[in-house]
Amino acid sequence: MSGGVEIPVRVVAIEQATPTVKRFSLAARDGAPLPLYSAGAHVVVAMDAADRRIKNPYSLIDRSPDGSTYRIGVLRTQQSRGGSAFMHEQVAVGSELTITMPVNLFPLNRTGRKHLLIAGGIGVTPIYAMAEELARQSVAYEIHYAMRDSAHGAFADELVARHGDRVRLYRDDCQEVIAVDRILPNQPLGTHLYVCGPEGMINAILAGGRAAGWPEENLHAERFLAPPGGSPFALRLAKAGITTEVRADQSLLEAIEAAGVDAAFLCRGGACGQCETRVVSADGELVHNDHFLSDDEKASGAKIMTCVSRLKGRELVLDL
Amino acid sequence: MTIQFKNETFRDDFTFSNSPEAIRRFPFPFDKDQYMYAVNIEQHMPGPAKSATEFPIDIDEHYVSEMRDRALVLKADPLRCQSLPHMITAEWDLVELLMESMAKHYPEHFTLTRDGDRWHWINRPLEIDQTFTFGDAATLPCPPMEYVTRQCQGDFCLLDQRNDNLWMDAGIVTTQADWSLDFDMGMNFMEWHGPVPLAHDMGVFDRALKFLLNLQQGRPVRRLNWTMTVNPRLDTSPENYHKWGIDRTTVTPENVGNKVHLRVELQALWRLPRSNAIVFSIRCYLIKMEELVTIPKWGRRLHRVLRDLPPELVDYKGLTRFRDTTVDYLARHDDGAPTSPGFFPD
Repeated sequence: MSGGVEIPVRVVAIEQATPTVKRFSLAARDGAPLPLYSAGAHVVVAMDAADRRIKNPYSLIDRSPDGSTYRIGVLRTQQSRGGSAFMHEQVAVGSELTITMPVNLFPLNRTGRKHLLIAGGIGVTPIYAMAEELARQSVAYEIHYAMRDSAHGAFADELVARHGDRVRLYRDDCQEVIAVDRILPNQPLGTHLYVCGPEGMINAILAGGRAAGWPEENLHAERFLAPPGGSPFALRLAKAGITTEVRADQSLLEAIEAAGVDAAFLCRGGACGQCETRVVSADGELVHNDHFLSDDEKASGAKIMTCVSRLKGRELVLDL
Repeated sequence: MTIQFKNETFRDDFTFSNSPEAIRRFPFPFDKDQYMYAVNIEQHMPGPAKSATEFPIDIDEHYVSEMRDRALVLKADPLRCQSLPHMITAEWDLVELLMESMAKHYPEHFTLTRDGDRWHWINRPLEIDQTFTFGDAATLPCPPMEYVTRQCQGDFCLLDQRNDNLWMDAGIVTTQADWSLDFDMGMNFMEWHGPVPLAHDMGVFDRALKFLLNLQQGRPVRRLNWTMTVNPRLDTSPENYHKWGIDRTTVTPENVGNKVHLRVELQALWRLPRSNAIVFSIRCYLIKMEELVTIPKWGRRLHRVLRDLPPELVDYKGLTRFRDTTVDYLARHDDGAPTSPGFFPD
C-alpha cells in the first residue's frame, strides 16, 4: 500500500505494434471506470512472476472515452530484469495484473504558450498523451518523433492521423536526426520543451536547449529508468531485523518488498524521491542510478533510492 | 441525517453559536497539553461517525449562514476570488470533487445527476437547481470554482504544480486567519509561507513541499491548524484589519468566555485528476471559550497549551493582547487533573 491505492485490472486486448513493442489494454476487474489522469502520467504495473513480484512503471497512452480501459506500451528490452519479458511472453488477453493510481511526474506546464514534444522510440507513450491534451485545449504544439525505421514507429501513423502536419517523423535508417539546433531557435517566448526517449537523446536535446539559451525551467524530460540488475548482495533491514538477499535480477526495492516490508515508493524509476532511504552501513560501493539525489548526496553515501540503485559489494544495511 | 441549519451572523451583532452537538464534534486540535509546530499531516481518511472528518467535505449547522456571509464578503471585495487562466481545468476538477462528495454524503440536501457532460445539480438548503455542461463555463452563472465554492463551506486554493514547486494560481478565500489571497496570488509554496516564524529553521516547509509534490490521486491528506479570534468573525482578512483588529482590545474578564474563540482550520489537500493541480481546502471552525469548557478535558488542555505557548507563537497568532485574560478564565476550568491522550472528549 505504500505506493498508494491499487487497482486490480485484466488485460482485455494486446496489439503487436512493432516487432518489439506491444500495446496492452487494461480494464478494471470490477468493471468500474478507471480514474481520469493528466497527460504525462504513468502507472506502476505489478506482475506476479513464478518466483517473485515485479513492478515496472509505464506511461499511460490513453483512456478510452467511456473510461473502461487504459492503454500502455511496453518495449521488449534487451537487458530486461524480467518485467518487459514477462509482459511480452507471459501476459495474454485475460491475464490479471495490478496497477497503481496514475502519478504524473512529467506534466505539461500549463502556463506555456507553445509546447515542443520530442520523442524517441518507446518514449513516445507520454508524448502521445500530451499531444492529445494539447489538441483538445487548442494550444500550439509540435511533435518530433524519432524511430529506428518505419517498422519501429509504433505510433507514427496514429500521430500523423490525429495531428497532421504538426508531426515531424525522423527515421534512423534514413540518417534523419532531430536537428535540435534548427528546431529550437526562433520558437516563441514561453515555449516549453518535453523530451522522452533514450538517455543519449534526452541529453542531446537538453544540451541543445541550453545552447540555444533556453531557461532551464522550460526544458522537461522524463528519464524513466528500468532498474538495472547487477551482482547479488546481502541486505539487512535494521529496524525490521530482517536479513535477506538482493538477487542479480531483482531491484533493492523488490527485495525489500519480498521480505515483507511495506516500503514507500511512487515512480520506481529513480525520479520522484519517495523511496529515499537512509543507509546505516555499506560494505561495498553504492551504485546510485537515480536522478533525484544531488551529486553531493550520492557521494556522501548517507541515502539511497531503493527503486533503481543497489550495492556492488557484500552487505548493505538500511534504516528500515 | 438531516441537518438543522441555523440562522446566525458572523459580523455586526455576532449571533453565531454552537449547538451542544456542534460542540462535541468540534475538531479540537491539541492531542496533548503543549503545542509546537510539526508536519502534522495524516491521511484524510473517514474519522468517527458525526465527527468533522466523518466525510471528506464536512457540511454542518452553520452552512447556510456561512454561505450568506461569503456572498457578503465577495460583494464588498470581488478580489477574494481569483483564478489565472491556466487553472480552468483545475476549476472543473474542483466542481467534480465538491459536488460528488456533497451529493454522496448529504443526499437529503444535495443531488447530482450526471449524463455524460450534462450535469444536474440540486442544492436544497440554498434553493438552487442548475443544469449545466461540464467543461463549458458558459453554462454556469459564474466561473466554475466560484460557482461551487459559493455553495461549500471552507476556503479553497488551487495550486498548480510546475518546476518542482506549488503555485497559488487560483482560490476563493473569505474565512481566513489574517492572510490574503490577493497578496499571495501567483506565489510559490516557499514564498507564501515566508512570514511563518520558527518553522523554516526546523525544515518544516522543505519536508512539507517534498511530501505534497508527491501527493497521490485517491490519497488526500489533512492537518489541523489553529489560532484565536475575538468575536465569531469568519472574515479576519488583512483587507479588513481596520474593522476587526481593534476587537482584540475589547476582551475583559467579564466577556472573555463569550468573545474569545478558538479558531481551528481543518486543512485538506487532494491531487486533482485532470489538471494534476492540488486543491488546498481550509475549513474554519469557531468555538467560544464558554462552549469549549463544557468539555472538561478541552478546558484543562487549552489552559495548559495557552499558558505555555512560546512567545514567538503568541505574537504570530495575534494573541498578545488577550492571552493573559483568556488564560485566567481557563485556569478556573483547570483543576490540574491529568488529561487523556488524543483529541476527543472523554
